[in-house]
Amino acid sequence: MSTPAITIEDPIEPGGVGQEVMRQRQWKVLLSATMHQWRSRIGLVIFVAMVFVALAGPLFAPHSPTQFVTAPNSPPSSEALFGGDNLGRDVWSRFLYGGRSVLGMSVAATIIGVTLGLAVGLTAAYMSGVTDEVLMRISDVFMAFPQIVLALLLLTAFPSSVILIVLIVGLSHAPRVARVIRGAAQQVVERDFVKAAEAVGEPRRRIIFGELLPNVTSPLTVEFGLRLTYSVGLIAAINFLGVGLQPPKADWGLMINENRLAVTVQPWGVLLPVIALALLTIGSNLLTDGFARAAIGIDRGGE
Amino acid sequence: MSRFLIRRILLGLLTLLLVSVVVFAATQALPGNAARAILGRDATPARLQALTEQLHLNRSVFSQYFSWLGGVLHGDFGNSAATQAPVSHLISSRILNTAFLVLVSAIIAIPLSIGLGVLMAVRRDKPTDHIISITTLALAALPEFVIGIGLVLLFATNVWHVLPAVSIIPPGEHAWNVPKVVVLPAATLIIAVTPYISRIMRASMVEVLESDYVTMARLKGLPNRTVIWRHAVPNAIVPAIQVSALQLAYMAGGVVLVEVVFNFPGIGSALVDAVGNRDIPEVQALAIIIAAVYVVVNLIADVLTILVTPRLRTAAAR
Amino acid sequence: MATAERPPAEQPATAVQVRDLKIDLVSSGNDIVDAIAMEVRAGEVLGLVGESGSGKTTVGMALMGYCRPGGKVTGGEILIDGRPLAAMAAGELRRLRGGTVSYIPQDPGTALNPALRIAVQLSEMLEAHKGQTSAEDQKARIRETLEEVALPNDDEFLRRYPHQLSGGQQQRVAIAMAFACRPHVIVCDEPTTGLDVTTQARVLETVRDLCHSHRVAAVYVSHDLAVVAELADTVAVMYAGRIVERGPRDAIFATPRHPYTRKLLRAVPDMAGKRAVVGIGGHAPLPGNRPTGCFFAPRCDLAIDRCREAFPLPTEFEGGHLVHCYRAEEAPSELPTGGETQAPAQAGDVVLSVEHLNGHYGSAHVLHDIDLEVRRNECVAVVGESGSGKTTLARCISGLHANYTGDVKLGGDRLAESARKRSSQARKQIQYVFQNPYASLNPRRTVGQTIARQLQLFGGGRRDTGKRVAECLERVALSAAAVNRYPDQLSGGERQRVAIARALAAEPSLLICDEVTSALDVSVQAAIVELLRDLRAETGLSMLFITHNLALIRTIADRVLVMTQGTIVESGATVSVFETPSAEYTTKLLANTPTVEAALNR
Repeated sequence: MSTPAITIEDPIEPGGVGQEVMRQRQWKVLLSATMHQWRSRIGLVIFVAMVFVALAGPLFAPHSPTQFVTAPNSPPSSEALFGGDNLGRDVWSRFLYGGRSVLGMSVAATIIGVTLGLAVGLTAAYMSGVTDEVLMRISDVFMAFPQIVLALLLLTAFPSSVILIVLIVGLSHAPRVARVIRGAAQQVVERDFVKAAEAVGEPRRRIIFGELLPNVTSPLTVEFGLRLTYSVGLIAAINFLGVGLQPPKADWGLMINENRLAVTVQPWGVLLPVIALALLTIGSNLLTDGFARAAIGIDRGGE
Repeated sequence: MSRFLIRRILLGLLTLLLVSVVVFAATQALPGNAARAILGRDATPARLQALTEQLHLNRSVFSQYFSWLGGVLHGDFGNSAATQAPVSHLISSRILNTAFLVLVSAIIAIPLSIGLGVLMAVRRDKPTDHIISITTLALAALPEFVIGIGLVLLFATNVWHVLPAVSIIPPGEHAWNVPKVVVLPAATLIIAVTPYISRIMRASMVEVLESDYVTMARLKGLPNRTVIWRHAVPNAIVPAIQVSALQLAYMAGGVVLVEVVFNFPGIGSALVDAVGNRDIPEVQALAIIIAAVYVVVNLIADVLTILVTPRLRTAAAR
Repeated sequence: MATAERPPAEQPATAVQVRDLKIDLVSSGNDIVDAIAMEVRAGEVLGLVGESGSGKTTVGMALMGYCRPGGKVTGGEILIDGRPLAAMAAGELRRLRGGTVSYIPQDPGTALNPALRIAVQLSEMLEAHKGQTSAEDQKARIRETLEEVALPNDDEFLRRYPHQLSGGQQQRVAIAMAFACRPHVIVCDEPTTGLDVTTQARVLETVRDLCHSHRVAAVYVSHDLAVVAELADTVAVMYAGRIVERGPRDAIFATPRHPYTRKLLRAVPDMAGKRAVVGIGGHAPLPGNRPTGCFFAPRCDLAIDRCREAFPLPTEFEGGHLVHCYRAEEAPSELPTGGETQAPAQAGDVVLSVEHLNGHYGSAHVLHDIDLEVRRNECVAVVGESGSGKTTLARCISGLHANYTGDVKLGGDRLAESARKRSSQARKQIQYVFQNPYASLNPRRTVGQTIARQLQLFGGGRRDTGKRVAECLERVALSAAAVNRYPDQLSGGERQRVAIARALAAEPSLLICDEVTSALDVSVQAAIVELLRDLRAETGLSMLFITHNLALIRTIADRVLVMTQGTIVESGATVSVFETPSAEYTTKLLANTPTVEAALNR
């Protein structure tokens, strides 16, 4: 049997009593506490399944996503497993191809947004004073726009492209992440071990990355999960509105819009991508929530 | 108290000013870009020249900004590039429709969420809590246009046919004259927003129920109802106010998608149309209005938070 | 059935009776407390003494029929006025709380609802327990209760919120709430923790007077032996969830028989300076970790094999003095309660000097014209109540608070205000140990990593870091196994040792200790004080010791500075300040500080 998580260790003080000590590193403990919950397990399964469909889908597609295989809006047939879309292309194939764009762009946008938000939040929390005020004012200005509105605004004058969308969505996440990280970091800055580091003259960068950052990893991970869920929704929405990816590209958001009008006769063109988006976001949210609950339990246990 | 209020309002105005700069810069600061964007494929050099002159795009960026800003403050948002009609005419009735939709949704969503949050916290870890908790978790994840489409499939097109899939409002009338068209859009907004507020309320309530003063209230022998409603809820509700405001502001964005899904004639769908047409003046007007709503709602939320927290109230009064 | 006031003649003599009480943790089944037996009569005060983890608060709350979530009563019985709590229905139990048995909380700042006015929080007590009275009568009754605790009872005061009152006022409101419905029993849960000495004295007086005038049986839960000595008629000492000794106050304090009690009394600082504190190494075992046999055996000097076999049953001595120890007979002779005091050290050259220091917080002027000196091998204590500015002074000296004017000189050289601007040498020479052991170590770093980093900063470049870390730990009496532990796996005393090891790793000439023992139990505090004393003797280290605990100073400091409201009102050798104080404030402080000896002589 592998080493148990908790053992009784010898005392470290004279006259002490043997204490229960966790053998594993802290993040392993967090991971097992997360997976202990059934909601995280279900979330993980659903999420991984949808990621698989999105990434590996094209390998299983019987037709190319732009090939016309049947009559427009036709019901399921031997040619098209789930029928034809509004132009007569195979719904099933387009569905299998349509996840990559959503997933890829969402992950990229999340990484950009969280990284930027982390840097801004930590700096604002530690430097406080004028730096904090300025950073937060700028954040407030960008937060004054609902994320979709900011995206629409910036996509009006500039021609749409994948990179632009990813940057815009990432940028809209950053101030929100910054607020959360700043709040968490402010509580860490108050604690004496940060003052101890200052008293011995540790350079600022070292304090931010060595003392603050490791102590905000829990809210950071939760934010990453949440932002990923929102990114999927936002990017699919941008494509749905027609200001993102353009036809004839295969994308779940775009598909929903293209096939909307005919939904009474041919629901699959809308149903498949809707179910996929729903499952992807629900899976990601369940997983994130399981982690958040585990982190709260463990962080609290420390006091 | 009033001094604090004035400071807060000034701060809000500053934010709005900066917002206007962002709106302007995003759409118009690059003159060639703006004209080219509007004309799109029709951009011949002659037409570019003409449009540039018509929109005063050849003046300096600053003078363009200030003349635009001046117009905005007078309620003049310029003329729509697509229809040449004044933008303010186009959006006035739409604003009312959207306002009605958002108001109806908020009036239902906020009390519902708070009630659900208290219920979940009081019945913590029992079946009721688990069921509501998981449901809100799943609903919180869904993008609102997915919720909207889902509702359409369920109630309008494929399963039942009880409600309209498209919001058709006769010209000259408003959303409140045709209440049936508001049901599904409002339901979408409510379902989109309730999970967040109720979860925050639950978390806040759970924390408050574990606090020293609630334990003390129990040790004083007070009846359970008093403990929950007089001691716990007033403290727990503060974060919920903040989140409610955020969600209200979020609705200003969510309303965009909902209006497109249901073809609801409000400022959200107007914005999407305007973006599609590259109608810059209209986009600017709508973006600024939506942002202004956000800033105002946040201001109200901040003030409410202070009023509701005695410690902050007395500090502000000094 | 409403709890009407009964005329004194009808109240049963024994208000509280506990037999064989056992409370378990629901999750693991481990017991928190077991075999608890005690009795309190009307008008009597029982002092329930114990350190953290002893279960004393759990027992106190159980008297109200309340267990904190996660705990459950699984054995024994509690009788209030002769009626068993277990037989009461939920409604009866609710009426019991506040009506028959009242509770005074430890921290009134968090126990009073921040969103409700004082008037509401007082009147709801009356509403819940004496429902029929009219609003007029209730108002009158509230005014009465406020008068009893010497608080203003005008409308303006009643309309206030808790945060608009001082700590002492908040506690007195809590006391008023507790006595409002004329209960028969009061459970006081360390109600003077966090209060200044002067305020504490007043609060204790109030509690004592009210208990006597209303013939209330009181259970006073505390870790502060001096306070218990002043207040209690009988005392019960708890250790690791068991009562180890019980009896009349004089018997317990004058002739303690359980080794733990004896050692505990030796750990309490003596303000007369006739004995040094002696700590108890290690810490009490937590639920689930308790050994078979007597729980104190691992830390006990008198333990024999029999002690490890089964938990001792009580041995009775005269006057109702019960002791749970196999060696209770021999204990007084084997373990003397005296201890040696140290001869004052020979002070050397001036290491630190502060001249004309004026400190500010924003625009507020908080430190006025401070002058002080610390010499080599000397320990200078700075004592003051909260708000006196002593911590701000320490922060200014160490460079953590840069908003001051004046000179801080290390060995004659003037230092920059902010630590960041000081030379590496200067930062090395002055090291700081913080008050809160739970916040002074980075929770994401192991003990070894924390100390290694310090060595790297101040003694860097040498290869044998691992060995040097082990040496640092050894110096504070921690075994090398601590190297891989994270702070949340250590007890408070252990963490404080790590914090001291970290400070010493830099080999400083001055150690600033900012209330380093205030968050620790008495026995652990004494062990840390012993450690600091030994380190000083070995290395000639100078210390600036910040504290509010007057008695502690007597045992550790050579010189004392007394501060209040940002000024030093008295300074001099410890002996002369304590025996012949010149400032009025010092005299008041000395008079208001309770000690065991003074209480016994009353």
